[in-house]
Amino acid sequence: MTQPVFLGMPTAPPGVGRLRAPRPFPEAARDALGDAQLRRNLAKATGTIRAKRAAVVEELPDWAELRAAGAAIKDQVLAGLDGYLVQLEEQVTARGGVVHWARDATEANRIVTDLVRAAGADEVVKVKSMATQEIGLNEALAEAGIAAWETDLAELIVQLGHDSPSHILVPAIHRNRAEIREIFLREMGAVGLPAPPDLTDEPRALAEAARLHLRRKFLEAGVAISGANFAVASTGTLAVVESEGNGRMCLTLPRVLITVMGIEKLVPAWRDLEVFLQLLPRSSTGERMNPYTSMWTGVHAGDGPQEFHLVLLDNGRTATLADPQGRSALRCIRCSACLNVCPVYERTGGHAYGSVYPGPIGAVLSPQMTGVSDNASLPYASTLCGACYDVCPVAIDIPQMLVHLRSRVVETKREAARAPTPEQAVMSSAAWVMESPARWTGALRAARLGRLLGGRRGKITSLPPPLSAWTGTRDAPLPPSQPFRDWWAKRERARRRSS
Amino acid sequence: MSAREEVLARVRAALAGGDPPPPVARSYRTAEDPPTLAGEELLELLVDRLVDYRALVRRSTTAMVAATVVAALTERGARRIAVADGILPEGLDRLEPGIELVGDRPPLTPAQLDGLDGVLTGCAVAIAETGTIVLDAGAGQGRRVLSLVPDYHLVVVTAAQVVATVPVALARLDPARPQTWISGPSATSDIELDRVEGVHGPRTLEVILCS
Repeated sequence: MTQPVFLGMPTAPPGVGRLRAPRPFPEAARDALGDAQLRRNLAKATGTIRAKRAAVVEELPDWAELRAAGAAIKDQVLAGLDGYLVQLEEQVTARGGVVHWARDATEANRIVTDLVRAAGADEVVKVKSMATQEIGLNEALAEAGIAAWETDLAELIVQLGHDSPSHILVPAIHRNRAEIREIFLREMGAVGLPAPPDLTDEPRALAEAARLHLRRKFLEAGVAISGANFAVASTGTLAVVESEGNGRMCLTLPRVLITVMGIEKLVPAWRDLEVFLQLLPRSSTGERMNPYTSMWTGVHAGDGPQEFHLVLLDNGRTATLADPQGRSALRCIRCSACLNVCPVYERTGGHAYGSVYPGPIGAVLSPQMTGVSDNASLPYASTLCGACYDVCPVAIDIPQMLVHLRSRVVETKREAARAPTPEQAVMSSAAWVMESPARWTGALRAARLGRLLGGRRGKITSLPPPLSAWTGTRDAPLPPSQPFRDWWAKRERARRRSS
Repeated sequence: MSAREEVLARVRAALAGGDPPPPVARSYRTAEDPPTLAGEELLELLVDRLVDYRALVRRSTTAMVAATVVAALTERGARRIAVADGILPEGLDRLEPGIELVGDRPPLTPAQLDGLDGVLTGCAVAIAETGTIVLDAGAGQGRRVLSLVPDYHLVVVTAAQVVATVPVALARLDPARPQTWISGPSATSDIELDRVEGVHGPRTLEVILCS
């Protein structure tokens, strides 16, 4: 039985941000598969993280119970989302923060741009955030003449390389150390402190170059932009997890902090973090705990940013929420465990998916956020092996959802067929021909030519496109050598002559 | 309609007619469960996990803590150290000459902090199972920036602050306070998954565990 889908809900708009694949997955995947370096890097990365994750998950005696609780808490959030959002807004506001609402990427970009301008800044430092990549914030800020500096090491590599991220957790995994050294030497000087000329390709030296380059930016920046991993509705607390300390720098040093957060990132109560702060680091980096987690509630007098803005983003999330069989994709906490176990992702990498959300979760999230017709190939970018479901810390049944979305793709195509398809083009030209006796007669005579296509079996086995779609799987009957109308007219003429 | 009204209306329309979800079963290990680890075993677990993150660890006692701090600073050659306002564990205000404790009043600028050799703080809670030290801007911890900008963070943890699991830690913490959870030194694996300690946060984390 199919449940009704609320089709009228606005999806993420096209033309802004990065949720839509510019070309179908199979085509992009073919290119990725030809890149041997990429495949080696991916195999090493996914294999290493898989093993680390398995070890630290094994260590916890109550992993299954935590996972079940994580799923249940997120379902509770989704079922009461309107109430929790209002509660969060009240709490953040009461503690000195300002809450903004954005229907979509365009509106969120405008809000953030206006806030940066109001702060009198022409550059900002950024913490790695999926939400701001999703809405194309850096591009929008650049258009407004505001420079946005990515401060996560991998994001810095991606940004300086004029490139795009290929993994949620390790976005520059498609680059090797030699490439990174080259990028740093070539690009750093143009945007700030140059890399030392004797820079080697040792990861330690490369990290040190990034540290020095970015430290100057941190100490000078007046505005920071972050995402959020969690927001506690009952207390207004926001949480960002990270490894390098760039997050802490951004969340602590600048005077103004702007956080862009998808509306699904809530948890109802403070104690709910006890579940997610165990699930997320073990699933994500395979660590017992990530090096740094920052939590703040509104504005803390004399400590950290003295102006705090929270932008709540829809951008296709309510469209996802509207499908009861697809909404649990919104449980996702962006750990990327499903990427690392996926046999398809391991071979193609993240770029092939086109969206900022790659891998199995991207294959169910992106098409729902954009509407399935805009990412129609993604639900097929899977072998349905089920590994993604097994590792998902919030138990999203991705394989089942992929099957459901495939049926939605087919359904949507059928509905879209009201616009002319080859089949319909044929049908409507047939109607035009049949409206006029002269046209009709002419067409029937022309059809006699079709006999030339027929073989000795008296059947047409292949027609030129678009009619080949029909003859690809079946034969067309041969048109008669003389149409009935011709036969009748000839017979009438003969009768008149004889009478 | 404002964006706020519209987003909320969309949420309500999307959820219309749905059944309420089942209640959350908290059958995992919670703060209410009797602790399975205590005393020396608990502290040893914390030390094990900290060392695993390549943090430096020294054991000490409440009576000896000042001497241990001096030993750590001397070994490192750190002379000028930031400290937070508030009550540090007893004895930390009587350090030997030659080591200068730089207070945070008036507030130190990030540039001033950048010029110091390190920072000395206490903590709010430490989680043994994950090797995590939580700072909540309470006494002896100060503003978040103090433990961030200097390249060396020396932190004093007392046995009473050590808990076994994440749920127990959260139950002790106040969400109204700004928090920094620290698990080992700053690190990255962004280049070919090679782990490098120390990017932007302190590159050396040293823990003095007092029991």
